[in-house]
Amino acid sequence: MLATDPQPRKRLLKLRLNGRWREDAVHENELLVDYLRDVARLTGTKTGCDGGECGACTVLVDGEAIPSCITLAARCEGRHVETIESLSSQGRLNRLQRAFHEKLGAQCGFCTPGMIMSAEALLRRNPDPTEKDIRTALSGNLCRCTGYVKIIESVKAAAGAI
Amino acid sequence: MTAGSCAETLRRRGVPLIDGIEKVTGRANYTADLEHQDALVGRILRSPVSHGEIIRLDVSRARALDGVVAVITGDDCPYTFGVLPIAMNEYPLARGRVRYRGEPVAAVAAVDKATAERALDLIELELKALPAYYTSDAAAAAGATLLHNNKPGNIEREVHHEFGDLAQGFAKSDLVREKSFSCAEINHAQIEPHASLAEFDSSNGRLVVQTVSQVGYYLHLMLARCLDMDSSRIRVIKPFIGGGFGARVEVLNFEIITALLARACAGKVMMQLTREETFITHRARPQTDIWLKLGMKSDGRMLACECKVVQRGGAYAGYGIVTILYAGALLQGLYDIPAVKYDGYRIYANLPPCGAMRGHGSVDVRHAFECLVDRMARELGLDPFAVRRANLLRAPTRTLNDLMVNSYGLAECLDKVETASGWRERIGRMPRGKGLGMACSHYVSGAAKPIHFTGEPHAVVYLKLDFDGGVTALTGAADIGQGSSTMVAIAVAETMDISLDRIRVVAGDTAVTPKDNGAYSSRITFMVGNAAIDAAKRLKAILIAAAARKLEARAEDVECIAETFRVGTGSQSALPFSEVVAAALVDEGAITVKGSFTCPPEAQGGKHRGGAVGSTMGFSYAAQVVEVTVAEDTGLISVDKVWVALDCGHAINPLAVEGQIQGSVWMGMGQALSEETRYLEGLPAHASLLEYRMPTILDSPPIETYIVESNDPNGPFGAKEASEGALAGFPPALVNAVANAIGIDFQELPVTADRIVEALNQRRRQTRLTGVLKAAS
Repeated sequence: MLATDPQPRKRLLKLRLNGRWREDAVHENELLVDYLRDVARLTGTKTGCDGGECGACTVLVDGEAIPSCITLAARCEGRHVETIESLSSQGRLNRLQRAFHEKLGAQCGFCTPGMIMSAEALLRRNPDPTEKDIRTALSGNLCRCTGYVKIIESVKAAAGAI
Repeated sequence: MTAGSCAETLRRRGVPLIDGIEKVTGRANYTADLEHQDALVGRILRSPVSHGEIIRLDVSRARALDGVVAVITGDDCPYTFGVLPIAMNEYPLARGRVRYRGEPVAAVAAVDKATAERALDLIELELKALPAYYTSDAAAAAGATLLHNNKPGNIEREVHHEFGDLAQGFAKSDLVREKSFSCAEINHAQIEPHASLAEFDSSNGRLVVQTVSQVGYYLHLMLARCLDMDSSRIRVIKPFIGGGFGARVEVLNFEIITALLARACAGKVMMQLTREETFITHRARPQTDIWLKLGMKSDGRMLACECKVVQRGGAYAGYGIVTILYAGALLQGLYDIPAVKYDGYRIYANLPPCGAMRGHGSVDVRHAFECLVDRMARELGLDPFAVRRANLLRAPTRTLNDLMVNSYGLAECLDKVETASGWRERIGRMPRGKGLGMACSHYVSGAAKPIHFTGEPHAVVYLKLDFDGGVTALTGAADIGQGSSTMVAIAVAETMDISLDRIRVVAGDTAVTPKDNGAYSSRITFMVGNAAIDAAKRLKAILIAAAARKLEARAEDVECIAETFRVGTGSQSALPFSEVVAAALVDEGAITVKGSFTCPPEAQGGKHRGGAVGSTMGFSYAAQVVEVTVAEDTGLISVDKVWVALDCGHAINPLAVEGQIQGSVWMGMGQALSEETRYLEGLPAHASLLEYRMPTILDSPPIETYIVESNDPNGPFGAKEASEGALAGFPPALVNAVANAIGIDFQELPVTADRIVEALNQRRRQTRLTGVLKAAS
């Protein structure tokens, strides 16, 4: 019988997740996406690649869109992490969610949470983006279904709905 | 139908997907999102060589590792799996021999990821290397070691079809040209990596598998075969699926491996493949060499077509035979060509197996065809649109290879994109470096003869109506993001004239939903749509009869408009839906009706060998114009705009049809410009989403779509497929546009910046040389 390697050390992580403070014991090498999906059980954030390739895992950290699959959970100590689950409250869709739904910005839907989070970060800092702004903001988010046409329409519609 | 009816509203606007809210809120559960805290973690050991004999495989140290629950190898499954019953030559885990780098050899289930990965390291695998082949030529060369002993020359399948008088066609032609083209292998690259969750309950011998499959029932059958289980003990459930494009049409090795592990553990196993493993699982469009010869009259009329296709199919059969047959069959059905000869060769090579990908079999051949047609038009001084118009079919008709064409909107597609793109005013007047190109394409609306022919209907849909007034549609059709469940709901709502909100769709659960042949060859709208309409008509008849009893009227006098049943237009005798449902349930209880659809024998293709492939109830037709700018210093192509028209018969959901057209055109763009899966001695060189270069939002043009409705006489409300037909037109339209922009014809896909720069340099050298020679003479 071989001895298994010791598990990486755990540390306490205190952060604000979708508006609520919480504290968890996490492995020091735990990725933010794994923390969100496995510890906090928020599976709206997706893993589409082997690290930083596709943007499906995009979440907001202090309002900035970042890929959670190449971010250590420990780096979010004391910060505010927002996921797709935070955008709708009591069944009310956020403007981007409504627009992506109504304009068919989502087909298979797998890239959609990341896409919407990137767009949310954009609209918060720039409420009236040009098409170029939208393209730049979403350039790290891959979609294989839509050809992006209806994604751009969705973001434009959401911006117009403010 | 009166204005204000539910059906009218649906037709006018199109509707968002009925499962769209789940997707935009993050509530949609894909396989990896399913509850699996209690599941073991599955991992696969893969072959480090491209071709070799397994000399020794010792898993004892892995098995002994604390936390490892099961380790399985090829010894645990002596059954092959595959697509065609005659070509199932693949084991879930290699037995005796490996044929590509990355082929599964052993698998582990352990308490966590780290332990599972450590266990893989402890497996001792000794291989004796065999010669490996990475090109069709090398694999098919004389004396090459055979990948499969029953396939001499490493040829999986040869196809030789000839229709019409080819010699006469070429003899009567004013212009005969031939050209070779080569298209790189590409991958589906759906954004969701592969995953499978399997649970085996040893107390009752039942297996439940939740997985990414596009064809659940077929996985169900293959699980029964490979696990040697009674198929009644198996259940396959489709969660949300993050894209398919053909990647998940075949049963995939990891799905069987996960089930084998679950049984070995008598428990639950979650298998999540990495992106690299997802690429290696592959089953996508093969590298293809095409040699094409066309004969044309001076007015553009085509008289003869001869085509040879060689596909590098990878290490196992998969869908290979079907792909090589499609490549030949779909030379026809788009234009009227009096003589067509096709020679196809599907070759085994030591690479991940290819399979079906959007536009299955047709795309690379259509690319060659539309490029060569354009070049011949140029030589004859004809407009590209005029040449296509000179060769239109007249529906209804049958092609030389006995494919049925009942509706044909290509002429209107051509008109739409010619006008919309301003072709006539702009072609030939574009500034330097800018160009316009066009091409046409088509695709089947499902295979009229299914691959596994059983004599059953092509589609069955159940509708259940109960005390709550809700209509539940049960279908085995897999919604993989294309919106097929929404299509079913609309078909039912329109037929019954009831609100879409009243309808739920339960899809893809082999314990609950009727068997369906699945999401492949764009069959769902035509076949499942027709079955849904059939079911809805039956349910409506029951409700009309109940309303007639209550209204003391004859059933034929009762109509249902916007959920209200009445006799004629008299409003005092109107009954609301709930009252009629209650009346219908009296003495009967919950009502279940079944609708079905069967393609008639005359749709099922010719009698020649392989004649079933390509057979369909109806083809979609597309024409598109692509505008490009080519930067001559960098070789970068920017696609400025695309205008595309698709004849989908009738758009049941215009919003979804637009989305499908845009997505398919864009996928064609990836293949045309940048996508390629290269291997270095069998090792994938682009197995990540950074290196497999699909277009980002920055590279993606506006795509203006036009829906043409030719109203197919057999389609559901006249509809045909809308998801694949436009793809194949993009690569040739792009290559034709590049030729228009810089005067160079490309024979290879993708048309990368490197290739552009090299071609421009070569032309400069050529021009200089010509200048020098001229000066010297």
